[in-house]
Amino acid sequence: MRIGAAKESYEADAALFDTRAQRGWLVVLAAALAAFPFVADEYWLYLACLIAINIASATGLNILTGYTGLVSLGQAAFMGLGAYTVAILETTLGTPFVLNLLAGGVVAALGGIVVGIPSLRVKGLYLAISTIAASVIAHFLFANLTLTGGTSGLSVPPARLFGVALDTSFRLYWLIVPVAALMLLAAANLFRTRIGRAFIAIRDRDISAEVLGIPLLRYKLMSFGLSSFYAGVAGGLWAYFFRVVTPESFPLIMSIFFLAAIIVGGMGTILGSILGAVFMTLVPELLKLVVGWLPLSTDMGLVLSPVRTIVFGALIVGFLIFEPHGLAEIWRRVRRYFHLWPFRT
Amino acid sequence: MNDSGFDWLFLAEISLAGLGSGGLLALTGLAFVIIYKATRVVNLAIGEMLMMAAYVFFAFAAGAGLPIWAAIFGAVLASGALGALVERTMIRPMLGESPISTFMVTVGLASILVGIVELVWTADPRRLPEFMPTDPVLLGQAMVAPKVFYGFVVTALLIAAVLLVFRFWRGAVALRATASDQAAAYSMGIDVPRVFSLAWTAAAMIAAVAGIVVGAIGGISSTMGVFGLSVLVVVIVGGLDSVAGALLGGLLVGLVEAWAGAYLGGEYKMLATFSLLVLVLLLRPYGLFGTHEIERL
Repeated sequence: MRIGAAKESYEADAALFDTRAQRGWLVVLAAALAAFPFVADEYWLYLACLIAINIASATGLNILTGYTGLVSLGQAAFMGLGAYTVAILETTLGTPFVLNLLAGGVVAALGGIVVGIPSLRVKGLYLAISTIAASVIAHFLFANLTLTGGTSGLSVPPARLFGVALDTSFRLYWLIVPVAALMLLAAANLFRTRIGRAFIAIRDRDISAEVLGIPLLRYKLMSFGLSSFYAGVAGGLWAYFFRVVTPESFPLIMSIFFLAAIIVGGMGTILGSILGAVFMTLVPELLKLVVGWLPLSTDMGLVLSPVRTIVFGALIVGFLIFEPHGLAEIWRRVRRYFHLWPFRT
Repeated sequence: MNDSGFDWLFLAEISLAGLGSGGLLALTGLAFVIIYKATRVVNLAIGEMLMMAAYVFFAFAAGAGLPIWAAIFGAVLASGALGALVERTMIRPMLGESPISTFMVTVGLASILVGIVELVWTADPRRLPEFMPTDPVLLGQAMVAPKVFYGFVVTALLIAAVLLVFRFWRGAVALRATASDQAAAYSMGIDVPRVFSLAWTAAAMIAAVAGIVVGAIGGISSTMGVFGLSVLVVVIVGGLDSVAGALLGGLLVGLVEAWAGAYLGGEYKMLATFSLLVLVLLLRPYGLFGTHEIERL
C-alpha cells in the first residue's frame, strides 16, 4: 500500500509530475523510448512512428473536444493542411524541416481559426456539422488546386538533418518521437495555465464561463487554433513519414478515427490521448493477426477493411455506453487498486 | 430554340432533376426530424440506415428472387426492426447523457453499418433490379428521367401519407406530445420509452423507402451513406426540429446540387451543398424554421 505524498510547497503541489515514483518511471520510459529503435525491427519502428504521429494529432483533438467541449470532425482536414504545407514548402523552397513543420502547424491553425469562427454563434452539434463542411471544402481544395497537385497529389522529398536524409523509419523515429513528446508535454502544461483553465471552464458550462469573465469567442478560437496547430504538425510529420500526400490521404473516416481515439482513450485527459492513439493504431494490426489466423478462403484484404470499420464503430459505441471515461479511467482504477492493496476501494 | 442566349429548357430539365433528388432528400430529412423531435438525437447514421435498407432490398429482390413488392415490403420491415434494435441497444442506454455523446454513438453506428455492408456485399457498387416504368416522361417540353419522375411521385405520396398520419394517428400524437415536453408527456401517461422506439422504427422505415428509390436511381454502394451528409445539410438548413423546414430544405438542397453539378461540374456538388450549410450556419444558426433555443443557467 502507498499513502499520499506529503507536499510542503505550492510548487510541489502544482508540479506536473508530483511524486518521486512518477519521475522515476518517466526516466525509465524515456530510456526505453531511446533504446527502442536499436532493438525493434522495421515493422515495429514503422508502428512506433505512426503511433507517435497519431498521438500528436489525438492530443490536439483532445484539447478541442475533450478539454474545451467543441466536437470536431475536421481533424483529418487540418492534418491535410499541415501535410500539404510541408509538401509544398519542401518541394518548392526546400526550407529546413523544422521551419516547414512549424509553418504546417501555423497554416493549419489559421484554417482552424477560420473554421472556428461559426463557434461564435453555433455550438454543440451544429459546430460538429460545420467541421464536416470544413473537411469537405478542404478535400475539394486539395483535389482541385494546381498548387496541391490535383488528385495525384504531391510527393515529398525526405527531411534532411545536417545533410542526412531522414528516409528510414529508424532515422525518422528520432524526429517524430521527440516532436510528439514535446507536444504532449506542452499540452500537459497548457492545462496548468490560465488559458487551459479557461478551456475547461468553457467545456463545463460556456455561459457560466462567460459570466466569470472569460471571453468566449477568443478562447474558443484559441482552442481551435491550438488544436489545428497540433493537427498541422502531426500532418507535416505524416507527410515526411509517408512521403506522398494526396487528397484521399485525409478522408472523413480519419477524423472519425481520431474522435474514436480520444473517446476510447478518455476525453479530457492527456493520458487518454496517448492510450487512445496507441490502442486505435494497434487495433488494425491486431485484427490483421486475428484475420490471418482464421481459415478463410477469400482474400484477406477483402475481409480486413470492413472488419476494421465495424470494430472502430463498435469501439466508439461500446466505450461511450460502458466506459465513457475511456481507457484512462481503467488505467486509474487499476493503479488505485495496486496502490491501496490489500485494502479495497 | 435559339442558339445564342440562355438555354432555358436545359435549366428546366436540370431543375426538375434537382427537385427529384430534392424530394428524396426531403423524405430522408423527414425521417431525421422525426428522430430528432422525439428523442433529441442527431442521427448522423441516417444515410447509412438508408443504405442498409437498400442493400436488404437488393438481397431480397436480386439474391432471394422475391417479387419486387414483397422485397420492398420486406426491406421496409427489416429496416424498421433495425431502427428499433438500434434504439433499444445503443440509444436507450445513452438517455440522460450529453447530446454530444449520443451524437458520437450514431457516428459509431454509421461506421458499423458501412462495415457490415462491405463485409456482406463487398465495397463494389451494385445495380438494383429495374422495377419502374422506363418510358421517358415529358413535362411540357422538358424531359425527365423516368426513374427520377416516378421516384419523386413515390416520395411525394409517402411524405403526404406521413404528414397525415402524424396529424391524426394516436401514436403520432403521443410522439408530438413527447417532442414538445417530455416530462409533461410522461405525467399524462404517455409511455415515453415506447415513443422513442416508435420514432426510430418509423424513421428507419421512411429511410428504407428513400433508400430503395435512391438505389434504384443511382445504384447502391457502400459509400451511399454520403447521401446522409447532404441530408444533414438539409435539416440544418431547414431547422433540426421543423418538418416544413426539412421538406423545403430538401428541395432547396436538391436544386442547388443539381445546378452546381450541371453548370460547374460534378465535383462542385458537395462544395455547393456545404457552402450553403456554412452560409446558413453563419446567418441563421438554428435554420430557416427551427426553434431558437434559449439557454438558461
